[in-house]
Amino acid sequence: MAGTERSPGAAAEFLLRRHRWRPAEALPWLIAIGAYFAFPDYMALGTQILIGILFALSLDLILGYAGIVTLGHAAFFGTGAYAAGLLAARLGWGEPLSALLVAGACAALAGLVSGWVLLRYRGLTLLMLTLAAAIMLYELGNARADITGGFDGVTGIVVKPLFGRFQYDLYGHTYYLYALAVLFVMFLVARRIVYSPFGQALVGIRENLRRMQALGSPVHRRLVTIYTISAAMAGVAGGLFAQSNAFVTLSALGFERSATVLIMLILGGTGRLYGAFLGATIYMLLEDSLAKLSPEFWELGVGLVLVLTVLFARGGLLGLLEQAARRLRRWR
Amino acid sequence: MQHVLNVAVGLLLDGLAYGMILFIISVGLSVTMGLMGFVNLAHGAFAMAGGYVTVTLMSALGVPFLPALAGAFVIVGAASVAFERLLYARLYRANELDQVLFSIGLVFMAIAAFTYFYGPAPRPIRVPAYLSGSVDLGFRTLPAYRVFMVAVGAALVAALWFGFERTSLGAKIRAAVDNRHMAQSVGIHVDRLFTMTFALGSGLAALGGGLAVNLLGLTPTFAIQYLVFFLIVVAVGGLGSIRGAVVAALVLGITDNAGKYLYPAGGAFFIYAATIALLLLRPAGLYGRD
Repeated sequence: MAGTERSPGAAAEFLLRRHRWRPAEALPWLIAIGAYFAFPDYMALGTQILIGILFALSLDLILGYAGIVTLGHAAFFGTGAYAAGLLAARLGWGEPLSALLVAGACAALAGLVSGWVLLRYRGLTLLMLTLAAAIMLYELGNARADITGGFDGVTGIVVKPLFGRFQYDLYGHTYYLYALAVLFVMFLVARRIVYSPFGQALVGIRENLRRMQALGSPVHRRLVTIYTISAAMAGVAGGLFAQSNAFVTLSALGFERSATVLIMLILGGTGRLYGAFLGATIYMLLEDSLAKLSPEFWELGVGLVLVLTVLFARGGLLGLLEQAARRLRRWR
Repeated sequence: MQHVLNVAVGLLLDGLAYGMILFIISVGLSVTMGLMGFVNLAHGAFAMAGGYVTVTLMSALGVPFLPALAGAFVIVGAASVAFERLLYARLYRANELDQVLFSIGLVFMAIAAFTYFYGPAPRPIRVPAYLSGSVDLGFRTLPAYRVFMVAVGAALVAALWFGFERTSLGAKIRAAVDNRHMAQSVGIHVDRLFTMTFALGSGLAALGGGLAVNLLGLTPTFAIQYLVFFLIVVAVGGLGSIRGAVVAALVLGITDNAGKYLYPAGGAFFIYAATIALLLLRPAGLYGRD
């Protein structure tokens, strides 16, 4: 039985080959750095895009890889945002990196607890549970306006200079580079996870839950693990959001944010890592220019794109690009 | 003491009327989701459309209130058949995520379209005089519209119960909800059944939307504003269960209404907490089947 002897090595070879960096993967980072020099006046928007990418990337881990459909991912973003915001505004903890760690840890705890309870369910029930849990958190924030500041939000968030040395300028150059560095680190973590055997197991769960259970894979534990990691990442994105905007309102927790991040990811393509980059960037650039011009047409456009994506382009924009590349290769 | 009683009766009646609206709008969603398992987040858009059709028929064409409601039921129900055949039918075998995204997309488009034509401001409705005053029941006077709402709701519950439990169409629907493949193999045309149910459900949603204008107001965002409540009614009641939808809608209507009055800051919190607790204990809802 040579096959059984060879297969573990072949599987490892397969994983290693996928894990290897491809030259094209440098592209988003080159663009991000290029944008820093090319559009110095748009750094505030750029920072928000980087935060959106990180948030969408965190969703991709659970939705794209593990197949967990959630309508309440903003709960973790908001938890992180409030953690970082309240630390700085109420406790005077202005050191940015440690505050981000706390933001991630708070969101991770929320993800661990809620995931452990909720991820035993599937389908419509899970959808409703994530939705209700996120709205419950929102209502809790609303009821405890003495802590969260209610609709006025947490203001007076003062962030100390990065590493005690880099001041923040009015145009957000420092925040941009800071967010970019955080995104890069988080991306390395995400990339490492999805190409690991653990990541393969998650894809297995996504594709066929029953078979993974029959194989003896600890499905629930794996789902909770990735859910917690994803929550932490969303929390870090929320923390960055609070620091760079210097305020947090309840909208950080709202259903709209959960829906928006879902749309960004779907637009870019799920289960592809870079879908989050493409989707968040295009969505936020278009939103910045079109939403102000005509809110109705923007909303109509978003709806139309969603419908068309579901009907004709299941892989999102990245999926379309992959198809086009495949066609081109065959044609040559 | 008299005052407390007045408040209690007022809250109960308001809550019942609100619950009836939730029931009328949600029941179609419950049955269609039970039939096809389609997660249709656009159901609220049919209710919103129904509200606008009612208001437009009344203000532009001078149609009286009750015929306008009937008009909304027929027009939206008929329009929904086109949606069902052309769009929804393509996604019956798709996964939940696709269905969620697709129907959210439809909601966005509906909100945008209605905002474009009607503007974002709330649309008023002028209900007839016999519904806008109060009725004297001898021992107590009550706001007429709410009494009317409860009466309409109760009549619809009775009609739906009869249709569901006592007619052959209802038996077919129940069979298909229980086991679609089995129903198909004994010769029930499930696809056609679904189209009919979808039209009926959307028509009812439109009727509920028309009835809701006077109580909840009407803006294009109605489609998404109450969506979570419709979904809670469906999930908590149990997919495809009319009895579940009645119970869940009335309990939700009464608690939400009382909560807003007695404990405005945190009332909504308890509704979601209770929903989660119930779904954790009974994932298929009160009267649903696993």
